[in-house]
Amino acid sequence: MADPKASDFGPAINNKMERKPLVLNNRGYHWITEHVCSMIEAPVNFIWLLLTLVSGLVATLVPIQLAYQVSTGVGVWGLNNPVFWAWDITNFVFWIGIGHAGTLISAILFLTRQKWRTSINRAAEAMTIFAVICAGIFPAFHVGRVWYAWYLFPIPNSNVIWQNFKSPLLWDVFAVSTYFTVSLLFWFTGLVPDFATIRDRAKNKIRKFFYGFLALGWRGSNRNWQHYEKAYLILAGISTPLVLSVHSIVSFDFATSVIPGWHTTIFPPYFVAGAIFGGFAMVLTLMIPVRAIFKLHDLFTIKHIDNMAKITLFTGTIVGYAYCMEFFVSAYSGNPYEAWVFENNRLSLDAPYWWAYYLMFTGNVFAPQLFWFKKIRQNPWLVWGICFIGPNVGMWFERFVIIVTSVHRDFLPGSWGYFSPTWNDILLFVGTIGLFMFLFLLFIRFLPSITMFEVKAVLPEADVHCHPNLLKNAGKSDVESKKDESETVEAHS
Amino acid sequence: MSQGKLFAIAAEFQTAKDLYHAAEKVRDAGYKKWDVYSPFPIHGMDEAMGLGRSWLSGLSLLGGIAGFTSAFVLIYYTGFIDYPTMVQGKPFFAFEPSFPILFELTILLTAFATCGGILLFNLLPRWNHPMFNWDRFARVTDDKFFLAIESDDPLFIESEIQQLLEEIGGAEITPIHEDLEEDKS
Repeated sequence: MADPKASDFGPAINNKMERKPLVLNNRGYHWITEHVCSMIEAPVNFIWLLLTLVSGLVATLVPIQLAYQVSTGVGVWGLNNPVFWAWDITNFVFWIGIGHAGTLISAILFLTRQKWRTSINRAAEAMTIFAVICAGIFPAFHVGRVWYAWYLFPIPNSNVIWQNFKSPLLWDVFAVSTYFTVSLLFWFTGLVPDFATIRDRAKNKIRKFFYGFLALGWRGSNRNWQHYEKAYLILAGISTPLVLSVHSIVSFDFATSVIPGWHTTIFPPYFVAGAIFGGFAMVLTLMIPVRAIFKLHDLFTIKHIDNMAKITLFTGTIVGYAYCMEFFVSAYSGNPYEAWVFENNRLSLDAPYWWAYYLMFTGNVFAPQLFWFKKIRQNPWLVWGICFIGPNVGMWFERFVIIVTSVHRDFLPGSWGYFSPTWNDILLFVGTIGLFMFLFLLFIRFLPSITMFEVKAVLPEADVHCHPNLLKNAGKSDVESKKDESETVEAHS
Repeated sequence: MSQGKLFAIAAEFQTAKDLYHAAEKVRDAGYKKWDVYSPFPIHGMDEAMGLGRSWLSGLSLLGGIAGFTSAFVLIYYTGFIDYPTMVQGKPFFAFEPSFPILFELTILLTAFATCGGILLFNLLPRWNHPMFNWDRFARVTDDKFFLAIESDDPLFIESEIQQLLEEIGGAEITPIHEDLEEDKS
């Protein structure tokens, strides 16, 4: 007897069983190429130009502030005894955490065969790389004498002394630089076939050379695809433990110390969940406007937003659990110093930074709970608003709370202090936001921001064993663009 | 236009499915030096072409071993042999505090080996390829599928291949030539 098909059970079941398509409106291969490449090839979009100019101007704050800081001294920041880590490390952990969602989407969702990831992974990975660039600025410059920053790397030097490999700060150097390099390689590997697409469509010499150079002579041969897919799988496989290790190691900076509020074993999983949570919120914050400006509604569908909102809800709830568990442990441990930090430096309304703690809790725990409602999850601008003012702000304050509230009241009341940022602290952070946006906007314009070949591969007609019923309307939209299709062929000949 | 040596006979296909079934037939006809070209990796095509598994993972493993070893040597040599320094009363060498760096360097060198493997196994980067001399081939990165049987194949007889490509549903059957410049150099 032949295998039963879903259609044998009548139309009702067939409709229920059918999965929502990943690309809407029966878009075909050619439509995807045209639409994604048009983001690069079409005349400059006014909104894009305006945003790029503004963010580029804001980004210039970074070199200006750093020049001022290096020439004057690290004292231009508001750090002082007892708060020696403040906005610098807060910003570092904030940015590095943002990056984690990119790797999660590109690696973990790839290994778990979540096909919907294909239309967002490129942009999310780009976000990872730009976030890590922003993150790297802070620890490099907070060492004070930045011209000695090379001491962080095991280079033989005239002091004949080596780095302390037992120090979590050195682990950090290795973790962050490995993370950046591997993310960059992973990203570039994914870009190669798409560079080839732009190369083959390029009409002017400069573009042909530029994208041709980056495409490395890719020609879509199956003998190449075979090795390529294997390599991609391995890169995904090693990026998965890597992404989990990076924020764990960042958390070791705190957890291996003996400062009450830092010295907890819950930190690695708590940091990783928080990083993924903050990162997904940032992907949504960036991609929802991009989707609207470049009309990507068929590729980046409501289903994508819905899925990402669910992940934000899930990880936000883990973060909420971690916050509560921290409290429980501080009480249960019987350690008076630990309990003091949580009761008097964070929760109490008399604590100097109580507002930071409550902002953190509201943004990270309460705000994402709104995503329990389907109506909210499926409303892009509502999701955007919640992510923007909830997790994005909340996660920054989480790092601020962890770092500053744990150290601003030392063991002796005589050495209590209060940290306030200087205008330098503030402008440098604002500058990195500008830099991040600027790089992201350049990416949108000059690189294919949707992985064309992967999206094509998840279309029903790409599956050679696909049931013919599913193919009835496949690629219908290509027929509409038949006219420009023949033009493209002419242009190439 | 003067042309170089014959590189291959190629045909165009409209869908992934057509290409897949065509590949199965070319495989069964016993050809060895041939390839299919597609805008995206087609699931199952490796079997349809009769390719074995990719051994790129072996290179990745070597990279991982190299990474682990170099991290171990780095930590052990600097901290235990060259300049042992007592810090916080911890042992000069122990696995627990060494783990993060052992892990990170293992990952880093695995990634280098894997990306190097893509280039090495695929003989990339290259500036040109005879297939690019065919103007229709520009659509391979967009929405068209191609199959080419190369002239190096021991069974290569031009007329037979033309006929085979026609039988398996190929359109636009075209001989592909190499560049003249390449022959001179």
